[in-house]
Amino acid sequence: MLTLTHYLVLGAILFAISVLGILLNRKNVIVLLMAIELMLLAVNYNFIAFSKYLSDTGGQIFVFFILTVAAAESAIGLAIMVGLFRNLRTISVEDLGSLKG
Amino acid sequence: MSWADLNLMPALPEIFLLTALSVILVLDLFLSDAKRGITYGLTLLTLLGCAVLTLTTWVPYPETTFSGMFVDDPVSDLAKIGLYIAVAVTLVYTRQYADNHGIFKGEYYTLTLFSLLGMMVMVSSSHFLTLYIGLELLSLALYALIALKRDSTPALEAAMKYFVLGALASGMLLYGMSMLYGATGSLFLVEVANDIASGQANSMLVVFGIVFVVAGLAFKLGAVPFHMWVPDVYHGSPTAITLMIGAAPKIAAMVFVWRILAQGLGAAVADWQMMLVVLAVLSMALGNITAIAQTNLKRMFAYSTVSHMGFLLVGILAGTEAGYTAALFYILVYVLMSLAGFGILLLLSRAGFDCETLDDLKGLNQKNSWYALLMLFAMFSMAGIPPLAGFYAKFAVLKAAVDVGLVWLAVVGVVFSLVGAFYYLRVVKCMYFDEPNDEPVPAARPDMKLVLSLNAVALLVLGVVPDSLLTLCVDAMKQSLSVVAGA
Amino acid sequence: MEMKSLYLLIALAPLLGSALAGLFGWAIGRRAAHVATIAGVMVSAIGSAYTLNYLLNGGEPFNGNIYTWLTVNGIEYSVGFLVDNLTAMMMVVVTSVSLMVHIYTIGYMSEDPGYQRFFSYISLFTFSMLMLVMSNNFVQLFFGWEAVGLVSYLLIGFWFKKPTAIFANLKAFLVNRVGDFGFALGIGMVLYHFGGSLNYTDVFAAAPALKDATIELIPGSTWSLMTVTCILLFIGAMGKSAQFPLHVWLPDSMEGPTPISALIHAATMVTAGIFMVSRMSPLFELSDTALSVVLVAGSITALFMGFLGIVQNDIKRVVAYSTLSQLGYMTVALGVSAYNVAVFHLMTHAFFKALLFLAAGSVIIGMHHDQDMRNMGGLRKYMPITWITSLIGSLALIGTPFFAGFYSKDSIIEAVHASNLAGSGFAYFAVVAGVFITAFYSFRLYFLVFHGEERWMKVQHDDHHHDAHDDHDHHHGLGPNDKPHESPWVVTLPLVLLAIPSVFVGYIAIEPMLYGDFFKGIIYIDHEAHPAMATMAEHFHGAAAMTAHALQTLPFWLALAGVVTAWFFYMKAPQIPAAIKRMSGPIYTLLENKYYLDDIYFALFAKGSRLLGMGFWKVGDQALIDGLLVNGSAKLVGLFSRVTRKLQSGFIYSYATAMIIGVLGLMTLWLSGVIAR
Repeated sequence: MLTLTHYLVLGAILFAISVLGILLNRKNVIVLLMAIELMLLAVNYNFIAFSKYLSDTGGQIFVFFILTVAAAESAIGLAIMVGLFRNLRTISVEDLGSLKG
Repeated sequence: MSWADLNLMPALPEIFLLTALSVILVLDLFLSDAKRGITYGLTLLTLLGCAVLTLTTWVPYPETTFSGMFVDDPVSDLAKIGLYIAVAVTLVYTRQYADNHGIFKGEYYTLTLFSLLGMMVMVSSSHFLTLYIGLELLSLALYALIALKRDSTPALEAAMKYFVLGALASGMLLYGMSMLYGATGSLFLVEVANDIASGQANSMLVVFGIVFVVAGLAFKLGAVPFHMWVPDVYHGSPTAITLMIGAAPKIAAMVFVWRILAQGLGAAVADWQMMLVVLAVLSMALGNITAIAQTNLKRMFAYSTVSHMGFLLVGILAGTEAGYTAALFYILVYVLMSLAGFGILLLLSRAGFDCETLDDLKGLNQKNSWYALLMLFAMFSMAGIPPLAGFYAKFAVLKAAVDVGLVWLAVVGVVFSLVGAFYYLRVVKCMYFDEPNDEPVPAARPDMKLVLSLNAVALLVLGVVPDSLLTLCVDAMKQSLSVVAGA
Repeated sequence: MEMKSLYLLIALAPLLGSALAGLFGWAIGRRAAHVATIAGVMVSAIGSAYTLNYLLNGGEPFNGNIYTWLTVNGIEYSVGFLVDNLTAMMMVVVTSVSLMVHIYTIGYMSEDPGYQRFFSYISLFTFSMLMLVMSNNFVQLFFGWEAVGLVSYLLIGFWFKKPTAIFANLKAFLVNRVGDFGFALGIGMVLYHFGGSLNYTDVFAAAPALKDATIELIPGSTWSLMTVTCILLFIGAMGKSAQFPLHVWLPDSMEGPTPISALIHAATMVTAGIFMVSRMSPLFELSDTALSVVLVAGSITALFMGFLGIVQNDIKRVVAYSTLSQLGYMTVALGVSAYNVAVFHLMTHAFFKALLFLAAGSVIIGMHHDQDMRNMGGLRKYMPITWITSLIGSLALIGTPFFAGFYSKDSIIEAVHASNLAGSGFAYFAVVAGVFITAFYSFRLYFLVFHGEERWMKVQHDDHHHDAHDDHDHHHGLGPNDKPHESPWVVTLPLVLLAIPSVFVGYIAIEPMLYGDFFKGIIYIDHEAHPAMATMAEHFHGAAAMTAHALQTLPFWLALAGVVTAWFFYMKAPQIPAAIKRMSGPIYTLLENKYYLDDIYFALFAKGSRLLGMGFWKVGDQALIDGLLVNGSAKLVGLFSRVTRKLQSGFIYSYATAMIIGVLGLMTLWLSGVIAR
């Protein structure tokens, strides 16, 4: 039998994977965008699980908004990345280090 | 609820802003570059319109609409007036800079208005969803604003960093919100508060949620160790955008934090107080110490922001009405100081030259003593030297901490503000005692000079008669909190 | 006129003058700038004199608020005045010396491009100082305290193109920060523990009940509340009044123009600490420990700063060290609960030290901005007024009977003698030995400058050898064919006017101030616990008797010996100091020179003091205080700063790591809280 805890643990694992994706990835900016996307999905998972558990639709409605915002966010992220590539000719995360100190 | 009951009056300024900005967005498409001034004028008019609407609908108690997801209370009204002023002043200061640096475009103004809309929603939310929507509307507009100068590598790098880290922080905030939702079964701040206060909520989930929410909020404020984006973004962005990020959004962020921590999680103050203490101490320490090693003024201001956010947290973490009031006062004064400080940098920049290092200010007093004096006001105020407004702001937050028994925290605050005084005074020393460089002081638009002078002098006036603004903050906070407590 | 409006006028008139000269100086020109500021200060001076007269003739003291700045949680922060005899006396001293300095400045700064700015600053200073002394609450006191500090920094760095001036400026700022920090903490203690009011009257009323109160600053150890508060407040006084070990900024402040050395760094601002402690006497009386700290700090300053004066060659620096030493005397008086004696010495000192500084300035003008005493000599003939007034000032300083300094300084020595506080034995030695030192360096200066060989005839302008400190852009010196000449009347008039009180004020004021009821109800002394004043009162039989009695006391003879020694060393046998300098075992040399026994002893002492002075200067001042405390803490912060900026590596993933560590940290904090519960 699947309980609420199972869903929450899955959500936590997805969240952790996405965080690790941001921490460990040193090469491709696109992977960062994917990791961010995954993180929002992990949150969605939580909201849906709680929503079902609490029999409250508020959580599920929230998920729709998160999905919409995530789409907009990806669009902007990709646009910035394109801009970066046109200037730097690379999308490696390691090359984004000129501002520091 | 039927349509007839829908009272949109509390959201009137937001509705007007959205309408006006849509009009500007379309109208701007038909304007040639030479007539871009019209967009600028219309934007300022829109802000004026918003201000009139906010003031005319000001009532001394909270009003809700959209099924209680949106609230219009005196704190939000006061914050909105602050936002209009901050954005309008920013636009006036950046008018010439934008022209000289190739960002005098329609997008600059429409994105600014979008971010303003996001901030207004943030300060007026009483529901996690509206809070999130407002926050994202602000953030997305800011990401785009930073990247507006498409041929500037530092700007794009800054945008990318801000974007990735901002998204991470939003993710944490949402994760925390989902936990709070699970624990209390509601997304309404009032219900979350009631549920926690009555002890029905699962306290384990609540505190787990608080950890993530506090992390997300700390990022928005720029508190250590969630501050790493601040210096790079301040430094990489064109100065105009730096000011856009550094001024108005801070007001929104403070009210945002207040809504969640005070209105939503007020009953769990014991759980988040210690977290905020740690963040505050780290911010005051790291911000002030690292700022000393900076020669780039934008970076220095960034670290100074971090330290100021530490002081702001000191006010909030007191968890008392006086503490919140002090924090509100602090942030309004802080925004005025930032505007004045960056205003001088913008004033001294011209096409092909950005005034942003300490050397660029050398001997300013001999070149133009009035500008030097204005900058001196801003620096003294930031350093917290009486009788400027910054002194009283610091005093108020530290007082709030002492009142709840955190004397040692106030002592730490005083020590680090003394450390901080060093780098602010270094700027003053540079302006007054160093040999001037041969960089000429560019001619500025008269409206900018006037507004900048008023801005800096306001710091002195507010320092001498802080009661004027303080009374507003006290009343607004009292009227907004009393009803929530009763609800 | 209503007294309240008069007091407001006294405080604001200099501010108005300052604003006129400062903001519109470029428009109204030099003449109008000095007319405006002098008019402002003159109004204050006349008003102050009227006030003092009014109070002496039975007028009611004033204590009330003028304007409420703000109110937080029932605590009021107000601008208010407390004008009683103590305040009125300070007002008269401040405004009269300030007026003299204003007039003097017309001559001294006549060639300076920053003329209007200078007048604006000194008027602003006068305003700030008046706010400080007239305050009736701690907040305004702190405001005045910081404001005089600010003006002082501005004026030390007045010649901002001079690197040494900027350095001195910074040093003064940093050292004063230390003091102000203690002071602010002290005020915080008052606010927190004394019933939540910052008004003097309320605080003093609350104090006796708290005599035995203790606080726990670090868990596990309890301290007396009164002692902690008083010591913190006194740390503020140590910064402002340049007491050991926070004295280091004062000698360097001589980089500023001479008029401000006289006004700020001798007569008024540096005495703010003395004034403050006297004002706080109802608090200090309750803690013997705090009084002992005050006493010892004062004794060290009084004695060891005097030594340093002996080895200086820069004319202003000699006077500066002398100021330090005299401030030490005042502090000693505070320590033995003789507050009124301290204030009395403060007053007499203000007049004769301002006189000495302004005279030094006059000499500097005459020497075309050469400040090295080794290049002077024989100026008596060329600058007669400066000579006479300097002689009067020096006689007053060393405590010659009948001159002002005699009454105040001898009273201090008597008070220390009568005290039974811990540390008073050492203090007595320090103040008595100090008398000789004072006499020696004062007359060393006097003889080197006004008598003897006209060394400036010989010194070629090119090959001056002088201290590194006065090697700066402003160094001019006399040309090969120049002769010194007397300064203009605007310079000499203040000298003459200051010389008058330097002679008479002590004789007139000693009886009412020390033994009369001038300070009745203002200065509080616990005669049971601290009997010094009471004992002295028994032995006092009028100023004339005191003068006559002086001839039989040790201090008089010590002073005389100092003068004689100086005369001998620098007039009769100038090779001796040079020899002492060269030789390491000089006792025999001195014996062979057929001194009187006393003189040998004192010569030995002088040499020892020179070594000691040098030692203190090198080890204490330069290595320990400058090197470790001041520069050290700045370096430490700088080091931290360089480390912390390395954390900002520039890479997204390390930023994200920081955030994750932050979340984990917050979670740990929460978990530890859970476990603790």
